[in-house]
Amino acid sequence: MKIQEADAKSLLLAQGLPVPPWEVARTAEEVKAAAQRFLDAGAGRVVVKAQVLVGGRGKAGGVKLASSAQEASEVGSRILGMDIKGITVRKVLVGAAAEIVKEFYLGAIIDRASRRIVLMASAEGGVEIEEVARQSPGAIHRVSADPLLGLLAFQARSLGLAVGLRDPLLNQFVAIAGGLYATMKANDADLVEVNPLAVVAETAADGTPRERLVCLDAKITLDDSGLSRHLELEALRDLDEEDPTDAQARKLGINFIHLDGSIGCMVNGAGLAMTTMDLVKHFGGEPANFLDVGGGARHETVRGAMELILADPKVKAILVNIFGGITRGDEVAAGLIEARAQQARAVPMVVRIVGTNAAQAARLLQEARFETATSLDEAAEKAVAMAKGAAR
Amino acid sequence: MSILVGGDTRLVVQGITGREGEFHTRASIAYGTKVVAGTRPGKGGQTAIDGTVPIFDTVAQAVEATGANTSVIYIPASGAPDAILESVDAGIGTIVCITEGIPALDMIPVVEVVRRAGARLIGPNCPGVTSPGRAKVGIIPASIHMPGRVGVVSRSGTLTYEAVQAMTDAGIGQSTCVGIGGDPIIGTTFLDVLRLFHDDPETAAIVMIGEIGGSAEEEAAAYATEHLRGVPMAAFIAGRTAPPGRRMGHAGAIISGGSGTAAEKIEALEAAGVRVADSPTQLPRLLLESGFRP
Repeated sequence: MKIQEADAKSLLLAQGLPVPPWEVARTAEEVKAAAQRFLDAGAGRVVVKAQVLVGGRGKAGGVKLASSAQEASEVGSRILGMDIKGITVRKVLVGAAAEIVKEFYLGAIIDRASRRIVLMASAEGGVEIEEVARQSPGAIHRVSADPLLGLLAFQARSLGLAVGLRDPLLNQFVAIAGGLYATMKANDADLVEVNPLAVVAETAADGTPRERLVCLDAKITLDDSGLSRHLELEALRDLDEEDPTDAQARKLGINFIHLDGSIGCMVNGAGLAMTTMDLVKHFGGEPANFLDVGGGARHETVRGAMELILADPKVKAILVNIFGGITRGDEVAAGLIEARAQQARAVPMVVRIVGTNAAQAARLLQEARFETATSLDEAAEKAVAMAKGAAR
Repeated sequence: MSILVGGDTRLVVQGITGREGEFHTRASIAYGTKVVAGTRPGKGGQTAIDGTVPIFDTVAQAVEATGANTSVIYIPASGAPDAILESVDAGIGTIVCITEGIPALDMIPVVEVVRRAGARLIGPNCPGVTSPGRAKVGIIPASIHMPGRVGVVSRSGTLTYEAVQAMTDAGIGQSTCVGIGGDPIIGTTFLDVLRLFHDDPETAAIVMIGEIGGSAEEEAAAYATEHLRGVPMAAFIAGRTAPPGRRMGHAGAIISGGSGTAAEKIEALEAAGVRVADSPTQLPRLLLESGFRP
């Protein structure tokens, strides 16, 4: 699950990381009021940043500076409602604009190849890390946290030294790296990224100038498998940016991704669901969705999945492909029969059920006069023909 | 011979009294697998599967009483990491974890403990391992198999069944079928299984089933280039039409930052001399065209 910058910053703050204050605003008036508060507190300028879950908001004009509350309000009204990669901006983050001396990148990820948490740092901050990886891979430094002991101080130090930090910023970096790791662990995150991690020029309370490392941006994605033990994080799910069917799918415990085609797919298993989509396309059709009913789906799940598919008016044909292992074919067949008895509109459907309890399933489907297929290729071909026939 | 499981497998089922545990244990026994024990804390001394399998409170007790050397885990995600560690502690050599939905961060220390103990973990979130005609550990349907000489390794569950069924339909039998699981952190990788197949005298050809996300297929391709020249190989990669940035069911299946695409994987495999199928049903033909004689 992706979460917004402002929420990611809250999670960093909770682990004691240095994050400058911010406010979230949903209207130009709120932007203006927030900007005024930061300016009154001594900020020279404020920054207004679109809160969207897609990258590239800076390039899209979703991040702007303002010198007065009035200007912030104008900037805010331009950003709010803006479309960034298909997402409408509904809220912005407002904060004091920092005086940036230098920008770094610092991120923690789960690295599959080494099966460890890897921290990556680069002195080339402020640009997309993928870009740095392409242009100058040598500029990215990595350490692997110990799988049993976690991120060790010497590892964090070596990373800070590698990006050129020295006392006193080095110690700050070590604490921040430890905080990123702690944030990941505390929330079951699979990515925690601070870009830029910036050296900013400030004036201390006694009037002397000083430099300090702060987290100016934050990006966190949470491991969906960990959410069940962090119920408080569920509140960070941004329903504004979600397809309404997503919530329904979640309730059913199925994986559903809405696509643009006309052939609704219901499959068990992610790999087979992708393959079914690939074959629909191979035979000249377009899948309307990715839908994995999961392992061991019972008939109520099947019924709910069918409702989700049919809720899309573009669906002209349905392809059900179940290869039973832990899933039992007869349970799926019973669910399909129930679903068809209740469904709002008639859509041609081809069903293929093989594997565990396939014989019982075949008997049920035959009695209920379902169109069936034996092989996956045959099922995909039939569904494509049905969709084309229905479109004619 | 076969890899991972076979005639010498003595299986303990962790979570034998649960719905899935019981159902699939019956299927394993029916297939001829030696299921010697089950565990269910608090029910030690009772029996499962119509009185035929003794239940123990702990894996250690099961090992001591029955000589179990392999375990399979049908325990919910909240308890599965502990179940794996319990097996390791009891000295089990091969641990197959079927459970899906284990948080990735839980698995990082677990795979490390498994590695340090010299044990082998298959999964989690995997369908298990079958050596046709010898032993079936996990949930792969028995009916799709046929004994033979093709090793099958896959990141997927049901897609593996599809591929194996296609081979059996074509009269091509399998030495061992291994579902390694679709999670980001798994105990045994493509590469590990390819090494085992390479060393298995009964495996004469290999089928690999991959999917989008990560770089495991590319690593396997590099190994194939180095060590498996001359071994007939065919592959299928799911997710050619998957949209980038969306997690396609499996936690591991996501195209991110333009990497992990099916196209990249297919290119790497073909460069290594591996034939890549457009549909799982083409796998038998590609194997034969690669010089495999069943």
